[in-house]
Amino acid sequence: MTDTTMDSVSTLFRPGTSDKEIEAAALKAIAARKRTVLFWQVTILVAIVAIWEIGARTGFIDPFFYASPSAIGSRLYEWATEGTTEGSLWYNLGVTMEEALIGFFTGSIAGIVVGVGLGQNKLLSDILSVYIKAINSIPRVVLAPIFIMIMGLGLASKVALAFIMVFFVVFANAFQGVREADRDMIANARILGASDWKVTREVIIPSAMSWIFASLHVSFSFAIIGAIVGEFVGARYGIGQLISIAKGTFDAAGMFAAIVLVMVVTLVAEYLMTLVENRLAKWRPQQSLDTH
Amino acid sequence: MSDRQTAPAPAPAIELINITRRFVSPTGKSLTAIRDFNMTVERGEFVAVVGPTGCGKSTTLNLVTGLAKPSAGEVRLMGAPVNGIDPRVGFAFQKDALFPWKNVIENVMAGPLFRGRTKAEAEKMAKDWLARVGLSKFLHHYPHQLSGGMRKRVSLAQTFINEPEILLMDEPFSALDVQTRTVMHEELLKLWAERQASVVFVTHDLEEAVALADKVYVLTAGPATVKSVYTIDLPRPRVVSEIRYEQGFIDYCKTIWEDLRQEVETSYRRASEAA
Ligand SMILES: Nc1ncnc2c1ncn2[C@@H]1O[C@H](COP(=O)(O)OP(=O)(O)OP(=O)(O)O)[C@@H](O)[C@H]1O
Ligand SMILES: [Mg+2]
Repeated sequence: MTDTTMDSVSTLFRPGTSDKEIEAAALKAIAARKRTVLFWQVTILVAIVAIWEIGARTGFIDPFFYASPSAIGSRLYEWATEGTTEGSLWYNLGVTMEEALIGFFTGSIAGIVVGVGLGQNKLLSDILSVYIKAINSIPRVVLAPIFIMIMGLGLASKVALAFIMVFFVVFANAFQGVREADRDMIANARILGASDWKVTREVIIPSAMSWIFASLHVSFSFAIIGAIVGEFVGARYGIGQLISIAKGTFDAAGMFAAIVLVMVVTLVAEYLMTLVENRLAKWRPQQSLDTH
Repeated sequence: MSDRQTAPAPAPAIELINITRRFVSPTGKSLTAIRDFNMTVERGEFVAVVGPTGCGKSTTLNLVTGLAKPSAGEVRLMGAPVNGIDPRVGFAFQKDALFPWKNVIENVMAGPLFRGRTKAEAEKMAKDWLARVGLSKFLHHYPHQLSGGMRKRVSLAQTFINEPEILLMDEPFSALDVQTRTVMHEELLKLWAERQASVVFVTHDLEEAVALADKVYVLTAGPATVKSVYTIDLPRPRVVSEIRYEQGFIDYCKTIWEDLRQEVETSYRRASEAA
């Protein structure tokens, strides 16, 4: 990015060009670049959708398996206006979101608390590290049937799965973030008069924050995965259940429609999280102007 | 404190008595960083410590802060043994240890807030100190938006705001360019003269040591012991930018350098033998 702006500035530079003109030219170059990026992003999307649609209509792509954008669109429209076989679309979406959000928040809070706590206690973390590695090596989704057996078809089993998926990612990052906290900075805080609790709150947690945030980005999609996999295995409502039913009726458009929904939800959540992160991390040097 | 009335001469600010500090690695190898180390810093005295790299200077300072404990010997502050981190001690780090997520004024307010002052009080004190180090216009900048010299001044304000009676500085200006460093020297001497704190100033730069200090300690190549102590009898107040042209200053530097050079050479010879 920098070299583009540099280039355009230097090519535009003439003896006698004022700072104002240089800045204006640089701004113009940045804006032009943003437009180029957006143009190609939209073009690629349109091209993919068009090829898919044309392929499906000409029979080059089998619409039975791969549906078509128009079929997916009309399925979404139908779900939104008339509801699904399992009741209103919004209700189903709400169920999945509820499971994912509860799992996400409880999982990340627990992950941060345990990660920060254990990260500061060398002995305890040495003792527990082998167990953590062992549990971490289990692919979390295999726990779905167990949770459903124990907690039933309702909310609890999905929340538990989402929780466990989120917890380990956030925990590992918080733990590492605490370990990476600068020794001198901690010593500085202590000498300035900070108590243990103040050191944790004002030095260790803030310095682990960029690690924690990195994990929160992925872990929201993990929460969604947890909720949906839980619904596959056994549920009455939810997006996972819709996909499961669509599969049962060979309804490719229905499956893709559900996938599109999940994608949109996750992207929106990601966007909100970036906003929050940028607000909290305004002190960071590498902050660029053009984060979407 | 109380001994100020009872004892005719108050106890020295810092006493290191026969200190030894060993590091034992997880594999069980031990390394002696300081051996039989003795040092006394009187109240209000400015002591500079020079020695070859890796000889144990930072380790010595850590013992005075109470962050670390000696393996043998005793550290006394104002006549009493050190027990944990002492609130009368201030420490200026070699690399700056500002909190990057706090802006300039929040960084400086940290000390008073940690020590239970109210926000309003802390803010007032911080503004005052930032004015003294010439950063009133930068209260809401973050550390990464400042130059190296400005950051150093913020950390000085951060250290000085607690009004330490004992000020420890570990090569505080080694990362600065010569001009900024001279400015910082003047500021430090001014603040020190106002506060009459006891200072231990670790440096690699012999001229810096002679220009600032009342006494210069020369340490041996590691394990560190005190090789010799020089009393610098140059008049105060000193102007650091001019003192370096005076004959007395040059003589001190020459004498001490002769002494220090042997240790530096020993230290390099050992390092190259080890490699
Ligand atoms: N935490 C530690 N564990 C093990 N060894 C250490 C530790 N801290 C310091 N040492 C060793 O102690 C010796 C003295 O280190 P120290 O940091 O005090 O040197 P220094 O005189 O401050 O050097 P410099 O001038 O380069 O800053 C070195 O050999 C170093 O390897
Ligand atoms: Mg050092």
